Amino acid sequence: MTENKPKQENLPRVGFYICHCGTNIAGVIDPAEVQKYAAGLPGVAVSRDYKYMCSDPGQEMIAEDIRKHKLERLVVAACSPLLHEETFRKAAAKGGLNPFYFQMVNIREHASWVHTDKKAATEKAKDLVRAAITRVRYHQALDKKRVPVDPNVLVVGGGIAGIHAALTLANAGKKVTLVEREATIGGHMALFDKTFPTLDCAACILTPKMSAVKAHPNITLWTYSEVEKVEGYVGNYKVMVKRKPRYVIEDLCVGCMECIDACVFKEPKFHDKFNQGLGKRKPVYIDFPQATPKVVLVDPETCIQLKTGKCKKTCADVCDRKAFDFEQKAEMKEIQVGAIVLATGFKAHDAKRDPQYGYGKYPGVYTALEIERLVNASGPTSGEVVLRDGRHPKEVGIVHCVGSRDAKTNKWCSRVCCMYSLKLAHLIKEHSGAEVYNFYIDMRAPGKAYEEFYDKLLSEGVHFIRGRVAEVNDWAMTPEEEGRLIVRVEDTLAGFVRRIPVDMLVLSTGLEPQADAQEVRRRFNIGCGTEGFFQERHPKLAPVNTFTDGIYIAGACQAPRDIPDTVAQAGAAAAEALALIDAGFVELEPNTSHVIEEECCGCKSCLPLCPYSAITFEEVKKKAVINEVLCKGCGVCAAACPSGSIRQNLFEDDEIFSEIQGVLAK
Amino acid sequence: MKYQYFPGCSLKGTGRAYEESFLAVFKALGVEISELEDWNCCGATAYMSVDETKSYALAGRNLAIAERAAEDVIAPCSACYLVLNKTMQGLKDHPELKRKVTSALKAGELDYKGTAKVRHPLDVLVNDVGLEEIKKRVKNPLTGLKLAPYYGCQVVRPFATFDDQHNPVTMDKLIATAGAECVTWPLKTRCCGGSLTGTVPEAGLRLAYIILKEAKKRGAQAIVTPCPLCQFNLDGYQDQIARKYERIDMPVLYFTQVIGLAMGLSAKELGIKRGIISAEAALAGR
Amino acid sequence: MPLEQKIKYENDCDKEFAKWVSSQTGGENLRHCIQCGVCSATCPLSLYMDYTPRRLINLAREGFKKEVLSSFTIWLCASCYACRVECPKEIQVTDIMYLLKRKAIEEGVFPRRFPIPVLAREFSRMIFMFGRVNETLLVTDLFLRTNWFKFLSMTGLGLNLIRTGRLSVLPDSIKRRGELRKVLEAIESDEKKEAAK
Repeated sequence: MTENKPKQENLPRVGFYICHCGTNIAGVIDPAEVQKYAAGLPGVAVSRDYKYMCSDPGQEMIAEDIRKHKLERLVVAACSPLLHEETFRKAAAKGGLNPFYFQMVNIREHASWVHTDKKAATEKAKDLVRAAITRVRYHQALDKKRVPVDPNVLVVGGGIAGIHAALTLANAGKKVTLVEREATIGGHMALFDKTFPTLDCAACILTPKMSAVKAHPNITLWTYSEVEKVEGYVGNYKVMVKRKPRYVIEDLCVGCMECIDACVFKEPKFHDKFNQGLGKRKPVYIDFPQATPKVVLVDPETCIQLKTGKCKKTCADVCDRKAFDFEQKAEMKEIQVGAIVLATGFKAHDAKRDPQYGYGKYPGVYTALEIERLVNASGPTSGEVVLRDGRHPKEVGIVHCVGSRDAKTNKWCSRVCCMYSLKLAHLIKEHSGAEVYNFYIDMRAPGKAYEEFYDKLLSEGVHFIRGRVAEVNDWAMTPEEEGRLIVRVEDTLAGFVRRIPVDMLVLSTGLEPQADAQEVRRRFNIGCGTEGFFQERHPKLAPVNTFTDGIYIAGACQAPRDIPDTVAQAGAAAAEALALIDAGFVELEPNTSHVIEEECCGCKSCLPLCPYSAITFEEVKKKAVINEVLCKGCGVCAAACPSGSIRQNLFEDDEIFSEIQGVLAK
Repeated sequence: MKYQYFPGCSLKGTGRAYEESFLAVFKALGVEISELEDWNCCGATAYMSVDETKSYALAGRNLAIAERAAEDVIAPCSACYLVLNKTMQGLKDHPELKRKVTSALKAGELDYKGTAKVRHPLDVLVNDVGLEEIKKRVKNPLTGLKLAPYYGCQVVRPFATFDDQHNPVTMDKLIATAGAECVTWPLKTRCCGGSLTGTVPEAGLRLAYIILKEAKKRGAQAIVTPCPLCQFNLDGYQDQIARKYERIDMPVLYFTQVIGLAMGLSAKELGIKRGIISAEAALAGR
Repeated sequence: MPLEQKIKYENDCDKEFAKWVSSQTGGENLRHCIQCGVCSATCPLSLYMDYTPRRLINLAREGFKKEVLSSFTIWLCASCYACRVECPKEIQVTDIMYLLKRKAIEEGVFPRRFPIPVLAREFSRMIFMFGRVNETLLVTDLFLRTNWFKFLSMTGLGLNLIRTGRLSVLPDSIKRRGELRKVLEAIESDEKKEAAK
């Protein structure tokens, strides 16, 4: 530590602290050298380096110094402000200093982590430190504003994550709106027959939760609906939801399904999306018997009445509750909420992107989701494992890692495919007695009772061949191969290539971000990783938070995960939302803009620029007015104002210019 | 339309029917072709096994000469097409290699910039000339003829610039435009054995046999290919294949011959008789 | 049959070899291999190989230089690039085969039964002489140098080629042979200079 008498008496007394961050910073930058350098800068009264500034003793040291040395400003060179700005502001407050008399310098992400040249990195750290010390002199005391939090919550996505989050919040007494894009809640889990590793029936554990959502007095369920627009800020969001027309009045329909029988189409003949196209449906339909809400809907693409207006409408005639409304239009609803939980789930990889596996070319090739429907007792074949041509397969292959661990499609491991492939292997064997071959690269079973499930499958006599399948074709080399699908794979444990004929091939497709994940993330103003999944605030310590306060993420929209982890994460997201709401208020960063009224010329150029609609025009005085609660501190207005009458806290001209001068001065 | 033409050694030797039919078809389509001035061997696959830098320099000389004119270069031979493209890519990706190669080329007063564009005739026919334009000139549609489109490896691998790597379709489209029928088969891009058929015949012959057998099984009357080495392996070794496995008797045509026939060009112009397995019966019997 | 000891000791391998392979053009991704075997499965020639391409990659990565350079595998690669297209980790397997072939020729450890190195050398000699390759002369030369008997069995093919007018006996040549030689010699002197360093 170095103690100084400030050289220029009129300068505020600055305390400077540099953190080693273990070896994260000290491995590249020499903290002692930077500390000594800072000690020599004008105004610096105390300069210290310490192994972990963020630790309790580190914070205590700062508070103590503030009191003892009558410090008036504080500069800490450490990690990203995102991580510890708040920590050091609190330390400042503890020592009796206004927390905004503080500036943080990021010498970890901006220097030690990105440079290998130790000398140059140390010099860079000095430059950044000098800039901060020069700037902090101009800082002003500021106060955080407190704003009340709206206690209502929006949950987006009605899969198992959204269902669980909504129920948790509703049970805690909060009013929840659950918005789901499809006609029913249930998500991917509703497609599954059994769940690994316990093999309990997916419907048996899911449908009671679906009914609970529908019945819960605190939950408003809007299916067949999408969020169109989100405005506002933590604790006070205004959300526009579009309710798409079902052409059936939801409150009147009781789901008797007589209309489906009465439809002018005697036989179902249209692509049944719910059953992955393996079954057929009519223009008026319901996805599955336990669909929630249990309300039919009409598909405008195939309904004769909606397409031509010339149908006998036998469906409507038979409905004694008069629930049909062919004139129904999309409806926009506006709601106010304090917190939002995003649980928008995943999209299964499109197997056609891997043409070597012949999906769409050979009818014997299926995706895993198709098999989920095929082995399902309420699926299109009532659980009978039967090929598209009616034959029963004698040999079945399951190809792991389709659209996973592959630079050509998705680089990541989709985490659930090994386990669901084991489950499908078990179910196929159980339902059909076929020989089943699993083609895997590495068997990943890292969960409670997962390895034991793998053991069970091994003992059931399922074949496990370690190798990535190169291709599937119908080119026979031997009479036994005629008319079958030939799988070419290296049995890497044996060390040679094998050709294995099968009748049915299952592609264990990986999990991808939803096709519109980018649009959704922009709508909610959150981040995405390079692969397109929603970005959590911190991979370990804030896994359900986002960089936007008040917006939480749960389930496979954040990364591929299985049902137990999804439910755990949904509970965590709900708990975070509850913590926000029950605090009752939020403190807003004071980095907002304000108008110096006498200097404003009333040109209105700032008005259309504000992305948060925080600026209004006071017609009597002809001056712009900024609502500091709505302002998010982006600075656009301050930069654009031609008369320089808009100022932004923490980004005053003095502060910015002195920082620039500081970084450039040698 | 004007292009430079890189024949490569095969089109001047065992693959001369490819050159004859390629030139005849492009002339009939009104496309101007000029042979690349003083071209040298591209290096093929063999040179890469001896010396990497030299192999890039060999191809580099051709590219440097080609850069002197503005026109794209057509390389009908798959190996030449791949080697020239691979050289451009390799020199772009590896600056040190590029430095060595360009300085060596300077010794021969050659200036390599990497601005040439090397194309395959399949690409030019489908994307520049256009199927509509070819269809207009089809006088003698090959109705009833069943052909197996066989692309081989190096037209689509590793660079898939104008067609799909797993299921290429440009030649299928040209065959359909010629009025013939394509058989569907999974061996479109499986290796014919390449130069191994000459050096390790026991390995190479099997690969050629698999392709010939499957084409016959699927009802093809001839195989159609865009590669002189594939044509040579599949056509030239059928006697040896007959001795080792079984007799197939499958004519192997160049796609340019097929289009030429449909456009009414003579069998002589197109070098049809240069096939060791005669295509006459297949062409007459349809 | 005599018992053969299969155990390997760490001094049986050459750690520098893996580094060398990774440093070569095309060898960059060697260490990304997850041993999935898709290269072997898609390879039309792996059925004849002593080590499948996957095993060869692993041997190279672990430094088993002797096993790698004396393997049949590298000489059976037909450069079809199927492995490179299918590899989920973007390993340029074909180019690794090339660089291993070059190393094997350089060190003279290739198996005698494969005439590919002979062909490759003859090929490059012919290019140095004429700038172009006459396939007939090349093949004749190859068989005369390696296998008389095989040459006789190929005469049927030769006659067929004569019949169809596809056989040329005169070597084709470029005009500016000196220009090409200057280029190739420049590389040689560059390589010598580098080796001297």
